[in-house]
Amino acid sequence: MAIIVFLLFVVFVVGLSLYLGNKAKTASGYYAAGGKIHWGVNGIAFAGDYLSAASFLGICGLIATAGYDGFLYSIGYLAGWIVALFVVAEPLKRLGKYTFTDAVDANYNSRGIKLFAAISTLVVSICYLIPQMVGAGVLVEPLLGIPHAWGVVMVGAIVITIVATAGMASTTYVQFLKGGLLIIFSAILVGAVVLRGFTTQPDQGGTVPFYKYSELAAAKSGDSISVSDPAWRVVEQKTVKGAPVMVKLARDGKESWWSVADNAGVITLKENQSVVTRKDGPWINGAPASPTNQLRQVGNLEKIKGQSDVSTGSLPSPLEFLSVITDKDTAVRTWKTANFTDGNGDKVTAYYPEVVSGDRIMRPGLKFKVEGTPLERLDFLSLMLALFLGTAALPHILIRYYTVPNSASARKSTIVAIAAIGAFYILTLYMGLGAMTSGVINPADSNMSAPLLARSFGELLFAVISAIAFATILGTVSGLIVAASGAIAHDLFDRFFKIKMDDRQKVNAGKISAFVIGGIAIVLGILFKGINVTFLVGLAFAVAASANLPAILMLLFWKRTTAKGIAASIIVGIVSSLGLIAFSPELYTLYGLNPLDAPIPLNNPGIISIPLSFVTLIVVSLLTPKRALAMA
Amino acid sequence: MLHEPATPAAKDPAGPYKMRLGILMFVLYSLFYAAFVAINLLSPPTMATIVFAGLNLATVYGFTLIIVALLEALLYNAMCLKKEAEYAQADKAAGAGSASTKA
Repeated sequence: MAIIVFLLFVVFVVGLSLYLGNKAKTASGYYAAGGKIHWGVNGIAFAGDYLSAASFLGICGLIATAGYDGFLYSIGYLAGWIVALFVVAEPLKRLGKYTFTDAVDANYNSRGIKLFAAISTLVVSICYLIPQMVGAGVLVEPLLGIPHAWGVVMVGAIVITIVATAGMASTTYVQFLKGGLLIIFSAILVGAVVLRGFTTQPDQGGTVPFYKYSELAAAKSGDSISVSDPAWRVVEQKTVKGAPVMVKLARDGKESWWSVADNAGVITLKENQSVVTRKDGPWINGAPASPTNQLRQVGNLEKIKGQSDVSTGSLPSPLEFLSVITDKDTAVRTWKTANFTDGNGDKVTAYYPEVVSGDRIMRPGLKFKVEGTPLERLDFLSLMLALFLGTAALPHILIRYYTVPNSASARKSTIVAIAAIGAFYILTLYMGLGAMTSGVINPADSNMSAPLLARSFGELLFAVISAIAFATILGTVSGLIVAASGAIAHDLFDRFFKIKMDDRQKVNAGKISAFVIGGIAIVLGILFKGINVTFLVGLAFAVAASANLPAILMLLFWKRTTAKGIAASIIVGIVSSLGLIAFSPELYTLYGLNPLDAPIPLNNPGIISIPLSFVTLIVVSLLTPKRALAMA
Repeated sequence: MLHEPATPAAKDPAGPYKMRLGILMFVLYSLFYAAFVAINLLSPPTMATIVFAGLNLATVYGFTLIIVALLEALLYNAMCLKKEAEYAQADKAAGAGSASTKA
């Protein structure tokens, strides 16, 4: 069922693209859909562009595992549209032609701006492309049963076809379709979640019996743990930084990992799930991995308003849904990850439970250390700043202002986008919390939480939601590739290198560029497998806000801005944000190094790189003469 | 051809008004957003305060940020439309006046 719905959807999208291909005979048609898109369609297409894999898969997954902290991304992403609407939309529409570079270079005709703005578009687009491609692989793997890498290749091939056939017109209608369907079916899913209500023993819609994890009484002598039940034998124990002590137990020849909980001197061992990478292949929960032996999906309420073993039945309202979880006597069983090497030298990933009260789930702090050290708080501030300022600087969002006929349409389409995106982001909180409490989270990859939540209501909803999620990725990647190919073919070849091309050749250059960028995206999507997609998109926002936003804002609002000032701020924004990210603790973890050794203590660079880019623009502008357009 | 706008941009006499209004609304929303971030950083437990129908401040403030964004956007659009209509009316009147003078 899922495969049929999915394939039908893909065939429809590609067919639509081929049909619209006839409209892309000119450069204006290819890059800006001829500037003839209706503002209502463009507004929903904005939502389609914006509600990427990060929004649908990533945010829902983050809320499912970190509660309200995931919703902070929703708030920040939506707030960013205020900058786009009130400050950027209409002036940019009046300035621009086809690309971000056109807009910032409109008053200068500077080779420096052309080069650096094109590079910035490429860098931001590729940063944004990586999580989309990773999300594609994650989604296709369980849906079609093919390896992650093939999923990424498939998405890349389809997207290249879409972009190379019709450019912005095709991308716009795909985004319109996808954006509309995403919001409608997310609302249906949320309605189903509220109507089902809560239970402390979720069974995935009756398809998978609730698994009750065991606890064992234990004792501690010095650092040594022993189990009270003689049927169990302690094999080894490991001290893991940032996690409880881990104990490997054996019973009837089967080994399993348990985490130690010390509650005021009362020692308990809690059953974990584990993946052990042995020489003969991965072992899951003490047995070789196989199609029937996979990690169990997790996440449930331990108590509902203080009561165990209960179900609420249908809830009277969506607000009641949130109210039940917010209650301080509601307890949620969440899961965390610990990585270490066991006594045999095998790598172990243990997933251990942690019960958190509802009032803690529903306020910031589980992921972002808002009560931590000053640096940790600064990191949070940095993230919220980048989310707020990043939206109005994303190239694939900016180019959508050129697809409508006039500046009033640009404004109106932004308002439609805010309405659609705002509604969707409210739904993300319900979908994320629904997944958190419905036993549908894959502990190894939270990105699939929303589709798996849909599966708990039946295969049809799962199929539709998965197909829409896939289209989400197709649409966003298409938009990004149009933006990136515009940077190469239009900004660099045509404007910077001044290669003489007629209109048809310019379109062909764009299509060839789309192939190249698509190929790069495929490779990066495979290399970055397993990385949190929301985190990656957050970084793309930081790079965009650092590299592009100072140039856009100062160009519009400071008459002393010079071409050299803009070029310098763009390059400083790119280098500083990417440099800070490359040496951040999160990336050190990715490299397999100790995050505490990272020379930059922040994961989010915006708080440094955005002001630095502004200061660079101001200082360089003051030091360089403002030239008239004709002399430049 | 590629050096021209994708669509011709007509002169917009309401532009300066819309820019001032946009900046004002941007500043107002920024302050509202900044207050949200500040509460999270300076007094995180405050976010757990139950304020409405069993919902805490974090949820209510988060939803309000989203709803206020939409309300501000609608208000901005209404005010822009009104100003654009005023200028269009003035243009029309000026055009009619000039035509009747010529007649």
